[in-house]
Amino acid sequence: MKLLWAYGVRNVWSRGRTTALTVMGMGLVSLIFLSVLMLGDGLTRALVDSGSQANVLLLRQGATTEISSGLYRNQTHIIRSLPGIASDTDGNPVALAESVVLISLTKTGGEAPVNVTVRGTQPMAFTLRPQVHVVEGRPWQPGAAEIVVGAQIASRFLPQGIGSPLRIGKRDWLVVGIMSADGTAFESEIWGDADLLMAAYGRESYSSMTLRLSNDAAFEPLNRLIADDPRLMLQMKRERDYYREKSVTLTTFIRVLGFTFTTIFSIGALLGGTMTMYGAVAARTREIGMLRALGFVPAHIFFVFLIESLTIGAAAGGLALAGGAALQTVTLSTMNFSTFAEVAFRLTLTPPSAAATLGFSLLISLLGGLPPAIRAAHIPVVTALQAPGR
Amino acid sequence: MTLATLIVRNVRRQAFRVVLTALGIATIILTFNLIITTVRAWYAGVEASAPNRLITRHAASLSIHLPLSYRDRLAAVNGVTGVTFANWFGGVYRDAKGFFPQFAVDPDSFLDLHPELLVDPDTQQNFLSDRRACLIGRRLADLYGWRVGDAIPLKGTLYPGDWEFVVRGIYRGAEPSVDENWMVIRWDSVNERRRQFDPDRADTVGWYVLRIADPSAAGAVSRAVDDTFANSVAETRTETEQAFQAGFVAMSGSIVRALELLAIVLNGVTLLVLANTLVMAVRERTREWAVLRTLGFERRHLAALITGEALLIAGLGSIAGIAITIPATDLYATLVSTKLGNFFQQLVVYPSTLLLGTLATLITACCAAALPLVTVLRNKVADDLRHIG
Amino acid sequence: MTTPPMIECCHVTKSYVRGDQEIPVLQNFNLSVPVGQFLAIMGPSGSGKTTILNLIAGLDRPTDGTIRAAGIEVSQQRETDLARWRARHVGFIFQFYNLIPVLTAAENVELPLLLTPLSKQERAKRVRAALELVGLGDRLHHYPRQLSGGQEQRVGIARAIVGDPTIFLADEPTGNLDRDAAESVMMLLRRLHQELHKTIVMVTHDPRAAEYAQDILHFDKGKEA
Repeated sequence: MKLLWAYGVRNVWSRGRTTALTVMGMGLVSLIFLSVLMLGDGLTRALVDSGSQANVLLLRQGATTEISSGLYRNQTHIIRSLPGIASDTDGNPVALAESVVLISLTKTGGEAPVNVTVRGTQPMAFTLRPQVHVVEGRPWQPGAAEIVVGAQIASRFLPQGIGSPLRIGKRDWLVVGIMSADGTAFESEIWGDADLLMAAYGRESYSSMTLRLSNDAAFEPLNRLIADDPRLMLQMKRERDYYREKSVTLTTFIRVLGFTFTTIFSIGALLGGTMTMYGAVAARTREIGMLRALGFVPAHIFFVFLIESLTIGAAAGGLALAGGAALQTVTLSTMNFSTFAEVAFRLTLTPPSAAATLGFSLLISLLGGLPPAIRAAHIPVVTALQAPGR
Repeated sequence: MTLATLIVRNVRRQAFRVVLTALGIATIILTFNLIITTVRAWYAGVEASAPNRLITRHAASLSIHLPLSYRDRLAAVNGVTGVTFANWFGGVYRDAKGFFPQFAVDPDSFLDLHPELLVDPDTQQNFLSDRRACLIGRRLADLYGWRVGDAIPLKGTLYPGDWEFVVRGIYRGAEPSVDENWMVIRWDSVNERRRQFDPDRADTVGWYVLRIADPSAAGAVSRAVDDTFANSVAETRTETEQAFQAGFVAMSGSIVRALELLAIVLNGVTLLVLANTLVMAVRERTREWAVLRTLGFERRHLAALITGEALLIAGLGSIAGIAITIPATDLYATLVSTKLGNFFQQLVVYPSTLLLGTLATLITACCAAALPLVTVLRNKVADDLRHIG
Repeated sequence: MTTPPMIECCHVTKSYVRGDQEIPVLQNFNLSVPVGQFLAIMGPSGSGKTTILNLIAGLDRPTDGTIRAAGIEVSQQRETDLARWRARHVGFIFQFYNLIPVLTAAENVELPLLLTPLSKQERAKRVRAALELVGLGDRLHHYPRQLSGGQEQRVGIARAIVGDPTIFLADEPTGNLDRDAAESVMMLLRRLHQELHKTIVMVTHDPRAAEYAQDILHFDKGKEA
C-alpha cells in the first residue's frame, strides 16, 4: 500500500507541465474562494467586532444611524441618572454622549473624496472601547482643538501625520495622535472633543449615547425605563447589534457575489481537474496494463489515480493558502452602504477559512478525479497493454 | 481540404477532453459576464446622468444641508437656466431590507429638470395637487406590487415618525439606464412637519440641481457658484451630475476594483485551463508536427494550426458561455434582489459585455497557444520524427 | 560540360551532445548523387543512415561540412526558406508511413499541395492521379486505420510524389511491411526512377529492397564501408 502511495504521488511529477498548469489553475480558483472568505472575515472584524456585548447604544426613535440621530443635552442628564449603568472607579456612570459628523476627505492620490466619520467624544471613550489605543502621539486635551486620527485614515489621508492641521466644520484642528483599534471600524474614524465639534457645526444636540451596563441582566429593565419615558423618545440597542445591522447590506452583498462566483467557478475547476486526470489515465494506459499483469487489482489502480488527483488538489490548496497569506497585507476601503461612511478593512485569514479552502480544493480534486480513476480501474488488461505510449 | 479542415479534425480527435475544456471556459465566461454586468450596474448612475446638470452641495459633506435661501441666489448665477433641490428622505419600508431611494423634492422644478422621468400630464397634475402624493418608478412598483392609489407607510429615520404617502403616478425612464427605483415625495410636506418637531433642521435642502445652458461651460459655472458662497455660512461644492455620481461609485471603489481585478484574473484561469489542454493535445501529436514540417510546412503554418485549435476550443466555450449567461443572469438577478432588494437598479447583460468577454477569451486563447507552439518549434524535427506516442 | 550532381555532401561531420559527452555519428562523409540516380544506402541500425537523409532534407544541420541538394546549399539556409525548398523539391517517405490519422487517404495526399497556389479542382485532380499511380484509386476516402500497412505506405508514397519533387528520400520504406507489400512498394520506387527519372536516395537494411536500386552504398559507423 505504501508503494502505491509513492507511485501515485510520483506520477504527479512525471507529467510536469500539465500538472503545474492544473495545480496553478485549481490553486487560482481556490484562492478566489479563499479571498471571498477573507473579505467576509475582514468585514466582520471591522464592522461587527466594533461593538461590544456589554455596551448599549441610544439613538433617537426611528434613527438607523448615528448620523441621522439626535439627543439633547437635557436627555443625556436624565439617562445618566438611570439605574443599571456601570460606574467607573470615581463612581461616575459609564455613559458617553457623542456627536458624529461625516466629512469629505480627498485621498493623497488625488481621487474622488470619501466620507470619513468624525466623532466628537470624551476621554471615557477609551474605557468603553478598550480595543482603541493611541499608538503614536497622545490623546486630545478636553477643550482643545485637537484630534486623534485612526490609523487607516492617517495612512491614507494625512501623510504628514502628527502635527498636521485638518479643517473640520468651521475651524482647524491639530492632529496630536494616531489610534489603532484592532482592525475595527474605529480605525477609520477621527476623534476629538465633543463640545468643540458641536460648536464648530453650530449644533446643540449630540448624536448618540453609549452606556456600559452594570450587568447583563440590566438590559431589559433599562430598556423599559427608556422606552416608557416620554421625555426621551429614544431607542436602545446593544452596541454589537447596532454594528451588525450596519454591516448587513455590505456583508450580504459580498456573500451573494462570493457565493455566486465560487459556485460557478468550482464547476469549472471540477471540469479542469477531471480533464487532467483523464489525460493522466490516457498517457499511462500501458502502464496500467503492466500493473494489472503484475497482479494489481482494479481497486489498486483506482486508488493510485485518486491519490494522484488528491495530491494535485493538496498542492493547489497549499498554493491558495500561500496566496491568501500574502493577501493579508491588503487593506480595502469602501463606503458602508448603510451609513455612507468610509470603512477600511484588512483581508483576514482565519483558521476556519484556511481549513475550508483546503477542504474545497481537496473536494474538487476528489470529485474531479473519481470518474477518471474509475475508468482507469476498468480498462481491460489486454487492451491496456496494446495501447500506444510509454 | 484546407488547414481549417485539419484544425477541426484535430479538435474532434479528443472530443471528450475538448467538451470538458469548452465547458470549463464557459463557466469562466459566465462568471466574467456576471462580474462585468455587476460593475456596469454600479456605474448605471454615471451613465444616466445628464451633461447639462450640475449638483451643488455643502463643501464639507453631503450629510450637512444647505439653506433654502440659496435657491434664488443660485438661479441668478450666469449660465444657470433652472434650479431645483432635493433631500434624502431615508424612510424604511417594513424592515431595514425594504430600502429604496426616496427623495423629497420641489415637484414642479424637479420634474422640469429631470425630463428623463416620463410621466403623463394627468399624473403630473395629480402629483402636484396632493401634498401626500408620491411618484414611484416602474421597477419599484413591480417589486412591491404597488399601484396608483396605494398608500405606502414609511418609518422615518432622518425625518422621525411614521409617514404615509399615496402613489399618484408611476414613472418610466426615457433610457434603459434611468433608475426606475426612486420614490419622489414632496419636500414642502415633509418640511412642514420638521418645522414643528425639529426646527433646527427645517428649511434646509440636501443638494441643489442646476440646469445650465451650455454643458461645455460646466467648469466655469461650477466655479462661479462656489465663488458666490465662499466665506458664507455654508460653503458649497459644485460639480457635474456625472462627477457627482462617479464620486459615489468611487467611494465603494475598492469593491468595484476588486471585481474588475477578479475579471482579469479569470482570464488567467482560462489561460491555464486552455494551455493545459493544448499542451496535452500538441504533445500527443509531436510526430505529426514533425511530419508536417518535413512536408514543407513553415512555422507560420504550425502557428496557424495550433492557434486555430485554441481559438476553436475557446470559441466553442464562448458560445456555450454566452448561451448560459442569459438564463443565469436572470437567476443571479433574482438572487440579488431577494437578498439585497433593489440594491442595483438593473442587472442587464449588454451585447457589448458579451462581446468583451468573448474578445478577452479569444485573445487569451492566442496566448495559451504560445506555450505548446514554442515547444513544437524549438524541438528538432529529426528528434520528433522518432517520437513515440 | 558536365551536369552538377543532384546531391553532394563534402566533408560532412555530425555529432550529438548527450550530457557532457560528444557522440560522433558521421565523420568526414562524402557523397555525390548524379541526377536521375537511384541510390540505396545500406548499413546496420545506429550506423547514421537516417542522419544522412535528415541532413540532405535540411531537417538537421551538420556539425561541419557542406551539403548541396537540388540547387541550394542546404546547410546555409534559413529555416523558412528550407521549408519552402522542401515543399517544392523533396518527397519524403517514412518507415512508419506517418500519415495524419484524422485525415483520409486523399486528404493526406493533398496536404503538401496546400502549400502551393493550386486551385481546389487542380489539387483534387493531382491527388486522384497520385493515388491511382500507387494503385489506390478506390481508397480515396478511407482513413489510415482502415488501410493495411502496405496500403498506408503507398499513400505515403503518393503524398511524396503529388508535388512532383526533384528528390525522393526514403527512410526504410519496407521496414514495417511483409514481403508482398514490400515488393509492391519497391516496384513503385523503381517506376519513379525508370519512368519519371527521379533522383532517389533510399536508406535500408533489407538487401532485397536494395536490389531494386541502381547503386548501393554500404555504410557503417559513420563511414563508407
